[in-house]
Amino acid sequence: MTNYVLRRLAITPLLLLGIVTIAFVVSRIIPADPVASIVGERNMNNEAVVSAAKKRWGLEGGLIEQYFTYVKNLVSGDLGTSFRTKQSVTSDLWERLPATAELAFGALIVGGIGGIALGITAARHQNKALDHLARLVGLVGSSLPVFWLGLIALYTLYVRIGWFPGPGRLPARVDPPPDVTGLYTVDSLLAGDFGLAWRCLRQLMLPAFVLGWSLMGIVSRLVRAAMLDELHADYVRTARAKGLGEGDVMRHHVLRNALTPVITIMGLTLGVLLTSAVLTETVFSWNGIGTYAVEATKRLDYPAINGVCITGGVIFLLSSLVADVLYAAVDPKIRYS
Amino acid sequence: MSTIQNALDVEHFVPPAEPGTWAAIRGALHSWPITVGGGVLVLWVVVAVTIPLWSWAGPRETVGERLTSPNGSQLLGTDALGRDVLIRTLYGARDSMPAAAAVIVLTVIIGSALGALAGYSGGVVESVIMRFTDVVLGFPPIFLAMAVAAALGPGLRNTVIALVLVWWPIYARLLRGQVMTIKNREHVEAAVAVGVPRRRILRRHVLPLAITPVMINATMDFGQVLIFTASLSFLGLGATPPSPEWGLTIDDGTRNFYQWWISLGPGLAILSVVLAANFLGDGLRDHFDVKARG
Repeated sequence: MTNYVLRRLAITPLLLLGIVTIAFVVSRIIPADPVASIVGERNMNNEAVVSAAKKRWGLEGGLIEQYFTYVKNLVSGDLGTSFRTKQSVTSDLWERLPATAELAFGALIVGGIGGIALGITAARHQNKALDHLARLVGLVGSSLPVFWLGLIALYTLYVRIGWFPGPGRLPARVDPPPDVTGLYTVDSLLAGDFGLAWRCLRQLMLPAFVLGWSLMGIVSRLVRAAMLDELHADYVRTARAKGLGEGDVMRHHVLRNALTPVITIMGLTLGVLLTSAVLTETVFSWNGIGTYAVEATKRLDYPAINGVCITGGVIFLLSSLVADVLYAAVDPKIRYS
Repeated sequence: MSTIQNALDVEHFVPPAEPGTWAAIRGALHSWPITVGGGVLVLWVVVAVTIPLWSWAGPRETVGERLTSPNGSQLLGTDALGRDVLIRTLYGARDSMPAAAAVIVLTVIIGSALGALAGYSGGVVESVIMRFTDVVLGFPPIFLAMAVAAALGPGLRNTVIALVLVWWPIYARLLRGQVMTIKNREHVEAAVAVGVPRRRILRRHVLPLAITPVMINATMDFGQVLIFTASLSFLGLGATPPSPEWGLTIDDGTRNFYQWWISLGPGLAILSVVLAANFLGDGLRDHFDVKARG
């Protein structure tokens, strides 16, 4: 176990270097001249402006040289300066990370609880109407393009019925709570402003639901499979044979075993979660990493694109590491060797 | 000597009896997920191929007033340029479906080739290939795809390239796992013992057995790839106007937010294709009883 964790930790920097290298290579195959996009086509004939810009943005020297400079800066936490915002990418990302984290966390709660509930319902009524219904709900969730679902949800639930507020993290003309964690719901609670906390939570509900539904399919499918495996196990038959009520069998025996893999499942959903988060943020004007990435790609702002890729890679690697280790810690049957 | 050789003629060894192709297809049609899923997909393909022959208007043709809501002559209304949304949705299949199909075909070919190579050769080749897949899989797929698509510039062809670069490692892993299991089976060992060249063993005795799970996986992936393609177009990194591609049309719907009908058609179209691909994939998996999933 310890060995396994150590080995995973040892590989992680290598994978990170690989990720950094690929991100760098991708950004340098851009056919458009980055200098032109910084100084504007008109200034391209102006020697002084061009060389100053090259120096300013680290575009001097050959590719190899640029690569080493990039990696060296990266080690000290410097992701470069965004062409678009003219700020350091690191601080740009720090500013936006809480928004994405808040949305992702909300979606994980919706998707996790919803998915587990659907999975359990489906397994307990295997091959009956409820099973089919639960599976269909999950399947539709993962088959809907999340950006379209977002649009439909906004149109019906905000414009037409008015149950939910419109897009954005805050209602119009409302100031954000004093910045502590960057999570508006948490910050407003910390500031003791429950009214604001509730309003921020309401802003979060619709996008979190839209994003969460897209996760439900994966979660419910795997929970159902895990539940079915357990329901047919001998110990369940024993428990029933000795006259235990169905509720007790579920609570004390089946769920305990069936829900262990949910940790790994949550790790597996991360790719889908991030993909859908980018789209959900775009639809809901949610000012997080996703919208930042979209703006960056539109302007070929590749310090920012690289920054997003590398940050995403780090989050990805670390969370799959955490999921694997947690799983090994929780389930004594698993021993990585 | 030669009789022994003949007796062990593993060159022509046929893996355990399987029903003929037609019998297999007829058997598969008894399962409703396969029939329904396959039916919907076939229907979309037919629409995509034949629509220029029977469509009552072109995808770029102005047929009426701008932004009219659904009515008798434009069942899904018109967009900001007065084009028929229903026609554009149907024409969209000509962009969205081939793009997703191209991604699937290319990823299966590239990923499978690399995975099979890794699984069969082992050693350094395997390490290099598999570490590379680890790195690519270490990226959140959306960010890598966005970066590549942005670098290559807009256009559906570049979207396809970006998605192939993101998607192939899944098939490399799948195929490697398959090949590693199959290569220890008796018929392969027999072929090795008789001295059949490695390349031929891989082609004749290993790959045919690994194909079923790959095909099933590819069927299920088709829907996800289609969504991904549409997503990139939606973000402005894919198809370009005046293409009726589904993701792009939905993006158009965000700009005309109160004209809900503009995005309705393409949204439902994507949903139907993805659901169909899922049903078909699920049905095929149950039918062939394949447990492996990438």
